[in-house]
Amino acid sequence: MSVHSVVCVKQVPDTTQVRIDPETGSLIRQGIPSVINPFDLHAVEAALHLRDEQGGRVTALSMGPPQAEETLRKVLGFGVDRAVLLSDRAFAGADTLATTFALAAAIRKISEEDPVDLVICGKQSIDGDTGQVGPGLARRLGMSQVTYICGLEDLDSEAGLIRAWRQLESGRELLEAKLPAALTVTEVCNRIRYASLPDLIAAAGKPVEVWSAGDIGAERSRLGLKGSPTRVNKIFAPPARKRGEIFSAADSSPAAAAATVMDRLQDRGLKMGRSA
Amino acid sequence: MAGTRNNKKKESSAAGKAGADSNTGDVWVVIEHEGDLAARVSWELMGEARRLAADLGTQPAAVVLGDGENSGQLAEQAISYGAAIVYIAAHAALSPFTAEPQSRALAGLVGKYSPGIILLGATTRGRDLASAVATDLETGLTADCTSLEIDPGTKLLRQTRPAFGGNIMATIISPGHLPQMATVRPGVFPIAKADAGATGKVVTYRPRLAAVQPVRRLHYLPELEDEASLQGADVIVSGGRGMHQARNFSLLEDLARELGGVVGASRGAVDAGWVSARRQVGQTGQTVRPVLYVAVGISGAIQHLAGMQQADIVLAINNDPTAPIFNIADFGIVGDLFEVVPALITEIKKRKDGAGAGIVFDRVVAEQTRKEAAK
Repeated sequence: MSVHSVVCVKQVPDTTQVRIDPETGSLIRQGIPSVINPFDLHAVEAALHLRDEQGGRVTALSMGPPQAEETLRKVLGFGVDRAVLLSDRAFAGADTLATTFALAAAIRKISEEDPVDLVICGKQSIDGDTGQVGPGLARRLGMSQVTYICGLEDLDSEAGLIRAWRQLESGRELLEAKLPAALTVTEVCNRIRYASLPDLIAAAGKPVEVWSAGDIGAERSRLGLKGSPTRVNKIFAPPARKRGEIFSAADSSPAAAAATVMDRLQDRGLKMGRSA
Repeated sequence: MAGTRNNKKKESSAAGKAGADSNTGDVWVVIEHEGDLAARVSWELMGEARRLAADLGTQPAAVVLGDGENSGQLAEQAISYGAAIVYIAAHAALSPFTAEPQSRALAGLVGKYSPGIILLGATTRGRDLASAVATDLETGLTADCTSLEIDPGTKLLRQTRPAFGGNIMATIISPGHLPQMATVRPGVFPIAKADAGATGKVVTYRPRLAAVQPVRRLHYLPELEDEASLQGADVIVSGGRGMHQARNFSLLEDLARELGGVVGASRGAVDAGWVSARRQVGQTGQTVRPVLYVAVGISGAIQHLAGMQQADIVLAINNDPTAPIFNIADFGIVGDLFEVVPALITEIKKRKDGAGAGIVFDRVVAEQTRKEAAK
């Protein structure tokens, strides 16, 4: 009874601070702090929880520039056993297809030493917001695909099965998947732990291994921008939101303010009554 | 002149081998369904597929993946919404939905009929299936599009989507790759009127799939009405720390009911334990795009705005006139929410024509007036 999970984590810009330079029309990257993708913290928690319950190991995997090491340092602090960073110019500019190509090659390499039972990702990243990496890894690695998990029911490593609740728009479903499986988890799947002092001390002594494209034996034509079918043709700022009409309930009355606002909503497309 | 030739070359590669097979380069919509009930977004996309196919000079088509039980009925509906061809893939393993057999069946159909474009709803299932198929086919996929158009020169699909929490819009293309795949957010495109007299061709396809699949569904719990999904809701009424306690959320439920909407919450309200994390709107919760977002007792931290600033209309109610939420609100009421919200409920009730009268947003008007308001 033991489970080896690989958790994929991504260092992302704090998207609340990302803006477009109105002069050049390009993305302003300078001075924007990097954070760990918040959904990935739930993936880390899910992996640690399974390990603490059933034994085994958790390997964290990330792809990014050398400074993405900070992100892996942070998850080592939560008690992750091993951390691997894919960092090479060849990986730069990857869309989700080229990203999963590189991550899958790394997971195969990790699996050679210690077979991987689960790959766990956050439901999506806050910068790209695609949710495509988890399913892409499932296909590339031939693993069972279970996404948008809102609750892990149980893992039966003896039978090689995992049961999890998946969130849909119309409801929830309980799925049973054969291991190995690639999972993505939502923010309601668990509560993230605080790093403990012993884990933080242990983490300080752990290395972050850095692997290049050569280390994972990946064909360069399948990586980074070269291996990406999608191209960003244009970026632009969305129509800015402006401060609109603000009414004071004290100046008139709550009822009068409510009536005025309802008039405005009807002007903006709200249809009521029999016409609706 | 050389430039013209180059353009023509691009055009033929983007549109596929048009002429070799009459179906090549068609615009497909994958019809998402639970039993006989199709997701509304599928019909929204059918109208869009019609428009794109007309621009390309190809045909709009629908794909129904299932066990065959409801396929005929769904195919008829797809034709009424504009599909010239419906591809039905029927196999016991395709129902209920799991990603593996669905993606194999769809990839099989693509191999046989070579579509130019495939559109799916940006739902949990649509995103799941699209990602798996795009990986198998090694093609480009753009998630969560809010606008699609055919480039008149290159004939490539220009796919526009928000990124970085809605702070940036990006237009994506997939040159040299077919099919071009996109998922599209529910509610972005208006639903076309169904034409019961429309005719179309039905093509049946038998995918070869294993009887035993790696994932199986054990239970399905349809969402209870009081916890209806934030995704795809036209109206969301969210509460924040200003609600003071859990039981005050019943006030928001009343307002949401009158507006035909659902209740959301800020992180503050979730962290206080008043509302389930499944209701959380914001950077670490859900990103929503309703027509109307009502923020009640929410100050408007930037992390919250990241999840709701793509709403067409924002109405803020807060007793603090300096709350940042007012800076992005189309309309605001400064006042005690415990007076203002009941006043709104009373006003809405007064305006409805008696019992049973509906309330609905005209998305087209909302979108148009939003653009005007932004000018």
